[in-house]
Amino acid sequence: MEYEPVIGMEVHTELSTESKIFCGCSTAFGSPPNTQVCPVCLGMPGVLPVLNKKAVEYTIRTAMALSCRITEQTSFDRKNYYYPDLPKNYQISQNYACLGYDGFLEIALGDHKKKIGITNVHLEEDAGKNLHPESGLTDDSLVDLNRAGMPLIEIVSEPDMRSIEEAMAYMTTLKNLLQYIEVSDCKMQEGHLRFEVNISIRPRGTEKLGTKVEIKNLNSMKTAIRCIEHELERQAETLNQGGKVHQETRLWDDAHNATRAMRSKEFAQDYRYFPEPDLVDVVISPEWREEIRRNLPELQDAKKERFIREYSLPEYDAAILTSSKPLADYFEKCLTVHKNPKATSNWIMTELLRELGNREIEPDECPVTPAQLAGMIQMIDNSTISGKIAKQVFSEMIESGKGPEQIVKEKGLVQISNEDEIGEIVKRVMEENPGVVETIRGGNQKPFGFLVGQVMKLTRGKANPRMVNDILRKNLL
Amino acid sequence: MIGMNGSKISRDDIQHVALLSRLAFSEQEIDSFTRELNSILDYFTKLNELDTSNVQPTSHSIEMTNVFREDARKPSLTPEEALSNAPDQENGCFKVPKIIQEQ
Amino acid sequence: MDLHELTAEQAIGKLRKGEISSVELTRAILDRISELEPRIHAYLALDGEQSISDAEKADQRRIRGDNTPLLGIPVSIKDNICTRGIKTTCGSRILSDFIPPYDATVVTKLREAGAVLIGKTNMDEFAMGSSTENSAFQVTRNPWDTGRIPGGSSGGSAAAVAADSVPLALGSDTGGSIRAPASYCGVVGVKPTYGRVSRYGLVAYGSSLDQIGPIAGNVRDSALVLNAIAGYDPRDSTSAELPVPDYTAACGREIRGLKIGVPREYFVPGMDPEVQNLVKTAVQKLEELGAECVEISLPHTDYAISCYYICAMAEAGSNLARYDGAHYGYRTRDADNIIDMYSRTRAEGFGTEVKRRIMLGTYALSAGYYDAYYLKALKVRTLIKRDFDRAFEKLDLIATPVTPTAAFKIGEKTADPLLMYLSDIFTISLNLAGMCGLSVPCGFTGSGLPVGLQLISDIFREETLFSAAFAYEQAADHTRKKPPL
Repeated sequence: MEYEPVIGMEVHTELSTESKIFCGCSTAFGSPPNTQVCPVCLGMPGVLPVLNKKAVEYTIRTAMALSCRITEQTSFDRKNYYYPDLPKNYQISQNYACLGYDGFLEIALGDHKKKIGITNVHLEEDAGKNLHPESGLTDDSLVDLNRAGMPLIEIVSEPDMRSIEEAMAYMTTLKNLLQYIEVSDCKMQEGHLRFEVNISIRPRGTEKLGTKVEIKNLNSMKTAIRCIEHELERQAETLNQGGKVHQETRLWDDAHNATRAMRSKEFAQDYRYFPEPDLVDVVISPEWREEIRRNLPELQDAKKERFIREYSLPEYDAAILTSSKPLADYFEKCLTVHKNPKATSNWIMTELLRELGNREIEPDECPVTPAQLAGMIQMIDNSTISGKIAKQVFSEMIESGKGPEQIVKEKGLVQISNEDEIGEIVKRVMEENPGVVETIRGGNQKPFGFLVGQVMKLTRGKANPRMVNDILRKNLL
Repeated sequence: MIGMNGSKISRDDIQHVALLSRLAFSEQEIDSFTRELNSILDYFTKLNELDTSNVQPTSHSIEMTNVFREDARKPSLTPEEALSNAPDQENGCFKVPKIIQEQ
Repeated sequence: MDLHELTAEQAIGKLRKGEISSVELTRAILDRISELEPRIHAYLALDGEQSISDAEKADQRRIRGDNTPLLGIPVSIKDNICTRGIKTTCGSRILSDFIPPYDATVVTKLREAGAVLIGKTNMDEFAMGSSTENSAFQVTRNPWDTGRIPGGSSGGSAAAVAADSVPLALGSDTGGSIRAPASYCGVVGVKPTYGRVSRYGLVAYGSSLDQIGPIAGNVRDSALVLNAIAGYDPRDSTSAELPVPDYTAACGREIRGLKIGVPREYFVPGMDPEVQNLVKTAVQKLEELGAECVEISLPHTDYAISCYYICAMAEAGSNLARYDGAHYGYRTRDADNIIDMYSRTRAEGFGTEVKRRIMLGTYALSAGYYDAYYLKALKVRTLIKRDFDRAFEKLDLIATPVTPTAAFKIGEKTADPLLMYLSDIFTISLNLAGMCGLSVPCGFTGSGLPVGLQLISDIFREETLFSAAFAYEQAADHTRKKPPL
């Protein structure tokens, strides 16, 4: 029996605001526990939330970028449940009047595009973190509330995905979009993006939806994909053996590479949503919407077109360079140091992307800074080094983190561009290879490259190749 | 939608609500709460006398909208202050007993 | 006259003239409290040394030329208002050792004004109650008859003021918790318009209903306090961004021509006829002073109790979820796991009435019941608010009784919770509609128990309240009589 997957996703993204959603505590990552908390985000008795305007604007931006309808009067609701990382034991979220709804995200799949429906976009507060004590002696939990009160946008999709490829495309396209509209840095290792999937299967060709299973706490795209793969198999196997898939929430167990059930009876969640009395409604006027639309950062397509126009780059280059905002930014930063768009593009598309891919890092984590790469290209352009030597320099830069000038100096890689010097070596090579010289003078150009190679060998690759060519050619006449 | 129809709230209902409220009760307490809550809820059915089909709900008594703060950092508490009332702590964190399941 | 008998206004006069110092005044207050506490039990916390130190600072400020009205004046604070470094228990075991690392906004304002903080006063646990019998720690007595309740939930504050233990106090009002105790104790209590006074630092009970307000021995003193504590607070999203007028200036303004409505639904069978008569007499007095009094109808009055309790309990159930032993407050011992810890902590830390309201609140919001209870109550709230809005289109004030009876005996209404809820009938509508109201003494029953007159005004019209209450108070003057202590 062939089954068709029906997949929907809820993506939580941490916003890149300076302060938390309801208080002025810092949103910086990696601080010691409970150093970025105040009575408000600690949920102490008597405290009250006050809404961060920028967080609202980022939500409106996100809803617009996902082609959502914007609710004219949006409001907040309490989601009530008990958990030690949720100090008030309720989360201020949105339920009855989410800020954005009825949108879509278009994903590219090989040869065609598909629209994945967005049910809603809403703003809410994050919870803190539970850690396990280092001693490992007890099952107690340690709670760090630095993250409690961070602003989160939740993006809920329709169950429109029909394959793992579509799910992957959805996640990467969404991440890209969020970076482009500058609402989140989407740094996976800082937990900026979290996924929840809901999966059901049905016999291919049928309409009726199968029973939906929800899976929570997936903190990377890889994990989400592994989880979807596993869950699809599990559900198919269950049905094939004549069993029923239960509607439930499961958890991803990384250690066992499988989903497992929660004890659903004890945790039958009734969130008892009701309007948050401590916050007032937000009216989003047409003027405010227009202002946000006007101030939208340059989106991917616009940037691509601009790269083609402004830098005279081919579409192919522009598409790759703008495939992610951090990469596009990296490219443009290079140009502020040394303006050679095509050369920079080539280096990025080949050498840089390969290194980023191998090391699984983002452009802003690359050991080679834009200034360093641009500096290196500048040295090629002013003939200080050759293109071939530059490859060596680049590898050194990646390994050592040193700048191009330093490396060239230390390794003595400066290109030889002295005509006399090259002339001497050319003469020597010609003297050492009389037979080849005869052949070329006789009309056969083929061994020319060999002679060039010999010159390069003697200069350990440092001779200016064009100069070698010219001088050799002259001498062979 | 279940209307307020004055039908009794059962012992099972009370136990379910007690779990949602994270309150542990003795058997006698469950009995007395069942009685009391039924009596009070019975009184509340009075609201059914009113036709509210065309009435908007009021959750805020004073009309106000668009109250914001600017996205600016303000000083936080020191970790000592933050943990000053913690019943149990370790390594600068609040310490709580075993959590049965991750949510 | 003994120093503790001075009104705040009188004390301010003497302080400004240099006739007394704040330290002297404060010592007199502390002595009075020591004398009466064994009988009244109004205070949960007192720090005499700290109060004297505050008084010394006030005297220093005065020497340097500072002249703010409340400089050096003693004020007591209800124990659900957070005071930095000072235990704030809300009358509950679950917060019996809680020390907030911050002040409520009203406390910051009082400190800036130079007031001398005198202790934290007793209250019904988490403000849930109408008699202060639900305090986990002690039952406060009514100074007029110590076998009777002082009212609740701000019973400690009202009793302290009534006993001349302190000239000024803060209370909180969610369904009448300032006005009812003020009425039972023969003092003045004001519930400001919702949003007039910041709620930041007021431990929440019914968030859309709560307000902090003054309790004082007379109208002008209460206006002084409201001047100091009212105003916009950027830390409270529901706080109104409106200027604060000088409420004391409203005292003494002409009330001739003011239109006052008297709702027929507030004079019901089951009411104490003495209370009814005293309130009617008070209304007549207002007429003599030139106000026009007419009978009006607030047709949805009968539904207010159900509506109020559903709304308040739903919000309260959620507001009190944070008391779980995890990050602060009481924690049970030897819990096996977190759910065990939560459930036993809350069972051991909360009193019965609090648990009852949490249960009801949770039920009213739970799946399948939300529409029938909570949403229904929110709709009825609209109808109740509409009653008031319509009334205020033509009226300046509404006059009603505060409570159906005078102070009842301790233990009289504790057997049936519903009976206790019904005593709130005259005060709760106001909180649902957001309007302001006050209680001013309007006489005594045959057995010498105080009765209050409630005046209600449209939103942000506290000045009208003060004008009318002051005029009445001057003409009727019940403040001369003191409790037999």
